[in-house]
Amino acid sequence: MQIDIVSLITIFILAVFVGNEIINKVPPTLHTPLMSGSNAISGIAIVGAILAILVDAGDASKYIGLAALICATINVVGGFLVTDRMLKMFKKK
Amino acid sequence: MEAIQITNILYLISAVAFILGIKRLSHPKTARSGNILSSLGMLIAIIATLTYPGKEFDFTLILTGVGIGAVIGAIFATRVQMTEMPQMVAIFNGLGGAASAFVASSEFLSSPNSPFIIVCLSVFIGSLTFTGSFVAFGKLQGFISGRAVTFKGQQAINAVIALLSISLILAPGLFFDSSMYSGYLNAFFVIIVLALILGVGLTIPIGGADMPVVISLLNSYSGIAAAATGFLISNNALIISGSLVGASGLILTNIMCKGMNRSLVNVIFGAVGAEPEGGSSDGKEMNIKSYSTTEAAMILDAAEKIIIVPGYGLAVAQAQHVAREVAESLEAMGKKVLYAIHPVAGRMPGHMNVLLAEANVSYDVLKDLDEINPEFEDCDVALILGANDVVNPAARHDQSSPIYGMPILNVDKSRTVIINKRSMNPGFAGVQNELFGYDNSIMVFGDAKDMLNDLLKEVKEL
Repeated sequence: MQIDIVSLITIFILAVFVGNEIINKVPPTLHTPLMSGSNAISGIAIVGAILAILVDAGDASKYIGLAALICATINVVGGFLVTDRMLKMFKKK
Repeated sequence: MEAIQITNILYLISAVAFILGIKRLSHPKTARSGNILSSLGMLIAIIATLTYPGKEFDFTLILTGVGIGAVIGAIFATRVQMTEMPQMVAIFNGLGGAASAFVASSEFLSSPNSPFIIVCLSVFIGSLTFTGSFVAFGKLQGFISGRAVTFKGQQAINAVIALLSISLILAPGLFFDSSMYSGYLNAFFVIIVLALILGVGLTIPIGGADMPVVISLLNSYSGIAAAATGFLISNNALIISGSLVGASGLILTNIMCKGMNRSLVNVIFGAVGAEPEGGSSDGKEMNIKSYSTTEAAMILDAAEKIIIVPGYGLAVAQAQHVAREVAESLEAMGKKVLYAIHPVAGRMPGHMNVLLAEANVSYDVLKDLDEINPEFEDCDVALILGANDVVNPAARHDQSSPIYGMPILNVDKSRTVIINKRSMNPGFAGVQNELFGYDNSIMVFGDAKDMLNDLLKEVKEL
């Protein structure tokens, strides 16, 4: 995938603004789930990890990719599960 | 349509799912579905990657990695206690940083022509996040002293490491040409080592009370590391998700700093809490009135509006459940009971709310600082459970106090303030609380759980 750096920066800047808008609307009561949930989202590095584990990649590259994959999967699975566990507890009587 | 365009559209769909998922976190009612939506977004991103056109994946290795990671993640997520949530988020921040650093390293080793500055930025931020997070974890868990660990020249050393790293990131691009791969490689390894050291160096001088800021900041770094890796491998999914997390962490950092009236620079370099400060032993004698739980119950009986102010001490004593039972008994008697939650009441943003939600407290009675402060004016009893600095009126008027200017809960405006404390020890900031000597304040000494159990019996007998 070849995209020029300017489009990447454009996407980055716009995403920061979107992030600002939506995160400011999260009430303090949900800040911990927000944090664990965003932990899970930062596990998006899983995409990069998978892309590094190619059949024809060198061993070093492949196994570093595996380390990345394990870390990122812990984040994704653990992050979403624990966030769900917390959010289940928020009830109104 | 080309296959790669389908992949990119799937990445776009997953980014939209993340954005809408976070948007649904704006209310507890929709929050759970938002989290599920985000997780679906992640699933779409993974499927898009596994079907990436023109790549031949080593599926055995991928399944192994996903399997190991999923089992460890699931164990963490189901076993962790809610009081330990800050530790877990710290570990996850660290792993997020490590994952990004590993991806960037792998990319650099497989294609030496990758832009060196971006490789280094991503590896640098990721490695720093990794060690910084594990120091934060150690402090929260009590493996490392929660106090600020400082020594002479510490900041100078950090500054030298930072400058060295920046020059190593920039210089090879200027002086080496692409044939000098071994030069780049050496610089690359040195940068990793420097970043790992800097992560420790920047976190170790920060005191336990400032951990909410540090965790939020490291959360932001883990996002920025992912975004930097996205630039390296030209992947929109990483850039968008990484910047969302980066923005989220920065906003929370800012909220935590405001909650303590500190600037970020002051938190990182201020090393507050290195030694116990002298306290306000400036000769002011306080007239402390110590009451029994029976007397406290009688005051509550006469009250109509009661605001409970929980502090971290309540959670440490695992007393939030019995606090809720007391509140329910009072509500059953027709009284109005609210909870006042200070932004830094727990060990991470929103921590106290989770601990109370776990104890089955309805979320609509949990009020934040701005909502609750006007409520104290016509409040009959403010019941302070394990909170200290966040209710110290000195923050409003005493310019010599270390907590001066910190936004506090105006509990002293209530008709009566009942304070439960284990002893007269000062709080985290090392300041004695003048509230305890106020005319409308009464103290009930004892362990929060024992005191509340007694109080529950007394209230039920009313």
